[in-house]
Amino acid sequence: MARIAYQKLEDHSPVFWGLLALNAVVVLAGLGAAFFMEHNGHIVTGMNNQIVWGMPHVFAVFLIIAASGALNVASIASVFNRQQYKPYAPLSALLAIALLVGGLAVLVLDLGRPDRLIVAMTTYNFKSIFAWNIYLYIGFLAIVAAYLFAMMDRQASRSVRLGKTVGGIAFVWRLVLTTGTGSIFGWLVAREAYSAAIMAPLFIAASLLFGLAFTVLVLVILGPQMRQDLLTDEMVARFRGLLALFSLTVLYFTAVHHLTKIYASEYHGIERFLLLDGGAYTTVFWLGQIVIGSLLPLAILALPSFGRTRSAIAVASVLFLLGGLAQIYVIIIGGQAYPLDLFPGMEVTSSFQDGQVAHYTASLPEVLLGLSGISIAMLMAGIAVKLLPFLPRPAQ
Amino acid sequence: MSCGAKSGGGCGSGGACGCAGERRDTVDDARRDFLRGAAATAVTTLAAGVTLYSFGAESAAARAPGEEVSSKVRWGLLIDASKCGDGCTACVTACQTENGWRDTGHPETDPQWIRKLTVENPINGASFSLPMMCQHCADPPCVDVCPTGASFKRADGIVLVDKHICIGCRYCMMACPYKARSFVHEPLEDQKPYAPRGKGTVESCTLCVHRVDEGRIPACVEACNDTGGGAMLFGDLNDPSSEISKRVAAYRTTRIRSDLGCEPGVYYRNI
Repeated sequence: MARIAYQKLEDHSPVFWGLLALNAVVVLAGLGAAFFMEHNGHIVTGMNNQIVWGMPHVFAVFLIIAASGALNVASIASVFNRQQYKPYAPLSALLAIALLVGGLAVLVLDLGRPDRLIVAMTTYNFKSIFAWNIYLYIGFLAIVAAYLFAMMDRQASRSVRLGKTVGGIAFVWRLVLTTGTGSIFGWLVAREAYSAAIMAPLFIAASLLFGLAFTVLVLVILGPQMRQDLLTDEMVARFRGLLALFSLTVLYFTAVHHLTKIYASEYHGIERFLLLDGGAYTTVFWLGQIVIGSLLPLAILALPSFGRTRSAIAVASVLFLLGGLAQIYVIIIGGQAYPLDLFPGMEVTSSFQDGQVAHYTASLPEVLLGLSGISIAMLMAGIAVKLLPFLPRPAQ
Repeated sequence: MSCGAKSGGGCGSGGACGCAGERRDTVDDARRDFLRGAAATAVTTLAAGVTLYSFGAESAAARAPGEEVSSKVRWGLLIDASKCGDGCTACVTACQTENGWRDTGHPETDPQWIRKLTVENPINGASFSLPMMCQHCADPPCVDVCPTGASFKRADGIVLVDKHICIGCRYCMMACPYKARSFVHEPLEDQKPYAPRGKGTVESCTLCVHRVDEGRIPACVEACNDTGGGAMLFGDLNDPSSEISKRVAAYRTTRIRSDLGCEPGVYYRNI
């Protein structure tokens, strides 16, 4: 196959600069929110001693999951040898780095002591899956950066073996990384909503969906000219198929997760809460994740003619991402809102809200901090495609 | 010395401090108190490293300055729910007073190192009351998950948070089966020098480690004996001759969520 030439983004349109500026403003707002939270304490957030992880974690986990999935397009090209995806590989790797940095930034800025980041980087408890994840994240950034070098350096890119090797390592690493992210929840034995090995494959399936949806949207946003060249009818059809497949996989794992819990009487309480009478959480699950975030975009993709258009996969990608946020919201917030079962079969009350469904309303600073994670990723990607040749040069 | 008037911080606000028993913030007071307690409870140091002790309701064995914490000791509590009054919060108040945490009017974010639970059987309405705090597990999930090792277990079984390396990630709060940990959501003032706390870090019951190291018993146990129902007993679970070991051996006891295999150091009776 002929070598692929890459180019920088030549778009100087007001829309591009406007989007860049918008993201910069959101990043500044997020940093301001983080400073506000750090200065006043988490009392200014909606988080409390019951819901200890809130909206920043929803966005952070969402972005970290998406990051590993964004690498998927590159992996399909290098690991699975599908040459049609190769032109998108550098952009895919760039997005993987950008999304991970965005997610990690949110996670770090939400810490009670963000000033102690150096402690987190130098003092480890190796029994903690969280500590493992710090290595997995840093390793991911390094490996994907090496992968980008192997793809983009004039000399290195000539070596097919190098590209395949680094691409293979990156692929395995991303699977381990998402397993680690899922296990942050899967290994929590005390909380009924978690404590399930299936959290890891569920997160891997979700990563494939979120990552591809982000990639498709970035390709669409890159401008009308690039859109025509980058999103050919053939690739639209391929992305459409993959999006549908990944969404169905997420639905499958979600169904198995809940059915397994429902089968055991022990978990009837938490399942009833999440699926039937959990108020906002039930609504976010059924309306957000299932209807708006899964069934509707799947229906759009299934439409006879419109379903095969660029607009269809773009709209579906937006809906899949909204569904993804809903999914992570229910997992993280809903899972904590249900009270810990200290005395199974008994009713417990206390001054510490034992036995009660916890209240949580996200505050503005939290939402701004979370959104800024997306903007950090988009800003990084936007500046990178402007400065470096990440985009395939269209055939003349 | 009046309660609440000390440089160390006093008893705090919110009516938490009943001043039942003067605060002992000065070294002299603490030393006098220790000597009194030591005499009363037959703590006899024979030679360096050889300590004979018995555990009454008043005191444990002091640890000499610089002496390593020994894993031969396993501090624990035995709580008899039948003696724990439904409306009694002597242990909670004592803990607040001792360690300086307080009710600031934000029930969802205020820390609670110890709390009273009312547990009711929905079938027949039978109920009991008990204090709940860090269960000082032998295999604590909070220690397992802490990325920096800030959550740690001392050799003598006391589970603590190193406030210097806690980054405030709250993963330990996600992992604790007992909801025993609190996150400091607001700036603090009037801290106790022996119970340092910090905005943005996680905290929980220390089993009054500063008192235990001085040979005293935790404040909650002392208060329960003095003004409560005498439901709490502190001692060395590893010492077969200790009162707590004898009672744990003699009576049917329960450890909450023992199914999780965390091996809590807090035993309950009559629940």
